[in-house]
Amino acid sequence: MHTLTVAQLMQGLRDKQFSSTEVTQCLLQRIGELDAQYNSFITVDADRALAQARAADQRLEQGQTTPLTGIPVAHKDIFCTEGVRTSCGSRMLDNFAPPYDATVIKQFHDAGAVVLGKTNMDEFAMGSSNESSFYGAVRNPWDTGRVPGGSSGGSAAAVAACLAPAATGTDTGGSIRQPAALCGITGLKPTYGRVSRLGMIAFASSLDQGGPMARSAEDCALLLNAMAGHDPLDSTSAEAPVPNYTEHLGDSLEGLRVGLPREYFSEGLDAATGECIQTALKELEARGATLVDVSLPHTQLTVPTYYIIAPAEASTNLSRFDGVRYGHRCDDPKDLHDLYTRTREEGFGDEVKRRILVGTYALSAGYYDAYYKKAQQVRRLIKQDFTQCFDEVDILAGPTTPGPAFGLGEKSDDPVSMYLEDIYTLAVNLAGLPAMSVPAGFVGGLPVGLQLIGRHFDESRLLNVAHQYQQHTDWHLQRPDSAAGGSN
Amino acid sequence: MAWETVIGLEVHLQLATRSKIFSGSATNFGAAPNTQANAVDLAMPGMLPVLNEQAVAFAVKFGLGIGAEIGKRSVFDRKNYFYPDLPKGYQISQFEAPIVGRGVFEITLSDGSTRDIGITRAHLEEDAGKSLHEDFHGLSGIDLNRAGTPLLEIVSEPDIRNAEEAVAYLKALHSLVTYLGISDGNMAEGSMRCDINISLRPQGTETLGTRAEIKNVNSFRFVEKAIQHEFDRQADILDDGGTVVQETRLYDAERDETRPMRSKEVANDYRYFPEPDLLPVVIDDAYIENLRKDLPELPVQKRQRFTEAYGLSTYDAGVLADSRALADYFEAVTKRCGDAKIAANWVQVELLGQLNKSELSIGDSPVSADKLGGLIERILDNSISGKIAKQVFEAMWQGEGSADEIIEARGLKQVSDSGELEALVDEVIASSAAQVQQYLEADEGKRKKLVGYFVGQVMKLSKGQANPKMVNELLAKKLV
Amino acid sequence: MAIDRNEIEKIAELARIRIADGQMDDVTERITEILQMVDQLQAVDTGSIEPMANPLDAVQRLRPDVVTEVDRREAFQAIAPAVEDGLYLVPKVID
Repeated sequence: MHTLTVAQLMQGLRDKQFSSTEVTQCLLQRIGELDAQYNSFITVDADRALAQARAADQRLEQGQTTPLTGIPVAHKDIFCTEGVRTSCGSRMLDNFAPPYDATVIKQFHDAGAVVLGKTNMDEFAMGSSNESSFYGAVRNPWDTGRVPGGSSGGSAAAVAACLAPAATGTDTGGSIRQPAALCGITGLKPTYGRVSRLGMIAFASSLDQGGPMARSAEDCALLLNAMAGHDPLDSTSAEAPVPNYTEHLGDSLEGLRVGLPREYFSEGLDAATGECIQTALKELEARGATLVDVSLPHTQLTVPTYYIIAPAEASTNLSRFDGVRYGHRCDDPKDLHDLYTRTREEGFGDEVKRRILVGTYALSAGYYDAYYKKAQQVRRLIKQDFTQCFDEVDILAGPTTPGPAFGLGEKSDDPVSMYLEDIYTLAVNLAGLPAMSVPAGFVGGLPVGLQLIGRHFDESRLLNVAHQYQQHTDWHLQRPDSAAGGSN
Repeated sequence: MAWETVIGLEVHLQLATRSKIFSGSATNFGAAPNTQANAVDLAMPGMLPVLNEQAVAFAVKFGLGIGAEIGKRSVFDRKNYFYPDLPKGYQISQFEAPIVGRGVFEITLSDGSTRDIGITRAHLEEDAGKSLHEDFHGLSGIDLNRAGTPLLEIVSEPDIRNAEEAVAYLKALHSLVTYLGISDGNMAEGSMRCDINISLRPQGTETLGTRAEIKNVNSFRFVEKAIQHEFDRQADILDDGGTVVQETRLYDAERDETRPMRSKEVANDYRYFPEPDLLPVVIDDAYIENLRKDLPELPVQKRQRFTEAYGLSTYDAGVLADSRALADYFEAVTKRCGDAKIAANWVQVELLGQLNKSELSIGDSPVSADKLGGLIERILDNSISGKIAKQVFEAMWQGEGSADEIIEARGLKQVSDSGELEALVDEVIASSAAQVQQYLEADEGKRKKLVGYFVGQVMKLSKGQANPKMVNELLAKKLV
Repeated sequence: MAIDRNEIEKIAELARIRIADGQMDDVTERITEILQMVDQLQAVDTGSIEPMANPLDAVQRLRPDVVTEVDRREAFQAIAPAVEDGLYLVPKVID
């Protein structure tokens, strides 16, 4: 039961093959049995999940179903959940149970989903390895000595290990796609503004975007149907109409023009990973697509651009954590200054502090023009690269990451080399584009992800390509050995 | 040395919206602490701002009111600093692209002369909460009800030269914004707060001296006193050959002094940058024209019309046009009685006098414009004298009814019957032989004074109800 | 751009983050590495390119001026570290 996709679970629940309570119980049990080796969950509220499952079963019984009635999902611990701890992977919010739900949480609730729990993540979503969590590193189900990627590493590991059929994630510079790639699952980062950011704890406001992580493109489409839409309480939320994302899954790829950004296949890309991607591209060709050589000339600049803009926005987004209204507060502050500086010293981890400091520096008097303004200008150049490509092609394709999952601790002492891991994913956020990572093979037993990038609001096309690819490959059906045990 | 004062004012005006600038919380004054602070106002994690359309419309109206350039693409920025009354750790404000650009504002001084004060800009921003310093075991209490209340910060050029001009500017601004209906202008509740930038320079020179900024001065009187005090302080320093330090000071009304603000000792670096949770505010000509079309007549225009159409003096027109409510009242009185000058006089002297004494605003006046107009009608048709009219007004103030009702009930109708008056005049002449003698011996000039005695006696006999004009005529006939 | 300990201290003060003495060198070194990496941007000629703050170049929607919120002070203050009489308590604020 635990290996079923969302689509299969929906069918099974409708056909009364099993109840939501049974599915939920099975998954809760698996989490209890197996998650010690992954550390993918921060909070599991079994009672609440089962209560929701029972309520869903009643609705199923009465025929009052909504699209995801009774489907268990896990939420990244960045989405505020009313009355349930929402830590954002930080000591700062270890004691924080918000009195409200994020819009995304409400949407899943309205769609009938059951919440299994809250997944582990890099602290405040800052990281590419999930090692910066206050709750400890998450381990990759394919090799527990390796990282699952980040920052949505808990969600990726939980889905890969079949502890949840699907999960939410957020992607500021690759935080859905990179862990999806490293854990061998399918993840979609929607167009900026497609999914509401209300109640999603902000890292970098102009880059953050929530999205689905699942074991198939079809499941991502089903989840996105629930998540997408205009939110009047988020000024940056897009008003563009929301299509039914499953509608075009079956379309043929005949005539599809796929651009291959030459910069994504150059030095820095692990050779074996590159081969997996080439094989995947041949498969697209076999399905009728035409491959076109294109260029994103400013690719090298995406890392420095991102690592100014994201920390700058983060540095002020995180100013609200001051020990006054919620969250951690240091003991016995001797004055106001002490309250602020000690609360923030204790509440934030090293990587978060580093980014706050870099961002503060980039915005400070005398440096603003040289750093922040310059980065926002280069950002426009990066977006224009994509606009030009999309005059010629329908989607872009390439690797999600330069190589497969690296070892725990391997890069944690070297922030810059960790940042370079994001070279293929950052530009998408800077340009606000939708993109996916789709399992496309293995290198040394570790999954490799194929990245697909689309035009603004063209998620349907990405899902269509990914689905067609998955109809003719079985990489997404592979399961890690470590997840073989446990209840099923 | 003779010093010239150079003053620029930054006015923080609370806009009269129902809800906050970025959230749906109420903006009522005086609510229990933190009961009007929702998740957005409290900067709870994940909360986002959405801009209130009324705040934008109010700001644009202000810009139109001073003939300023309207920013068709204005941008919100984050102003970053830590303070417990600032929950996000940044204030959402406008820095590089404000919604209102340059404008000019005319003020009238007490001698009737006018001056143009340049407006540099006006921008939208959110208010902060309040720190309460009552002792909570050595701690301060934070109330965030006010956090997120929309403010329009109006920045003037350093065109103001003394306290009188500063106060005139503030009063004119107050008058304008209440006319526009964009603020209640209630200074006691902090709806209009003022930061004063002040520096001195030798009379006749052009270079600006080092300025001090005096924060949060909340009444016209305090503005005057703070400027006076700060002038003295800076002049003393400069006269002694010292230099003024650029700093932020606080006006302490109790001690009537300014002192440095400790919290502002460390120069801040606000790290302004475009607020990524909000997008540029783009407004088009149609939007602006729509608001322009609905602008009310403004104080300057009204003042001019009052002098031209009603023949009022500049001073009278200025007083009456000062607030929209007072101007409307005056015009209603005039409409009823048909005589603008007498109406102006009654509104300014009797009505405002009573209102001030009772600490009431024009809106709370127990005597309606219609009633006052009715009273003046009775003066104009000689039913009562001006003196009796004051009695009637008193009675109207006490709620005894309309002028006619009071005149009727109290039998105050003026005696204009010539037979009746003649008897009274004869009686006075008969009993005032000495005065008659004196009068007859006096020259023309003195007679004018002396006749007053006889008029007074007749009025006394008639209990004030004799028609004074007719009494004068009768006396002139009889005293020969 | 090289950054020294002094500047790190200034930034840390702006950001209200205490850095223990023992960690100062390490923090300075890491930040320096990051700044060296981002300094690649200095070589780009960005001339008069308009900075891009929002990836969709969208414009602000306006909200009707309606009170939509009710008093939830109790819920909000239940998760606050220190409150009294409905107020959030902090060490003495000095103007």
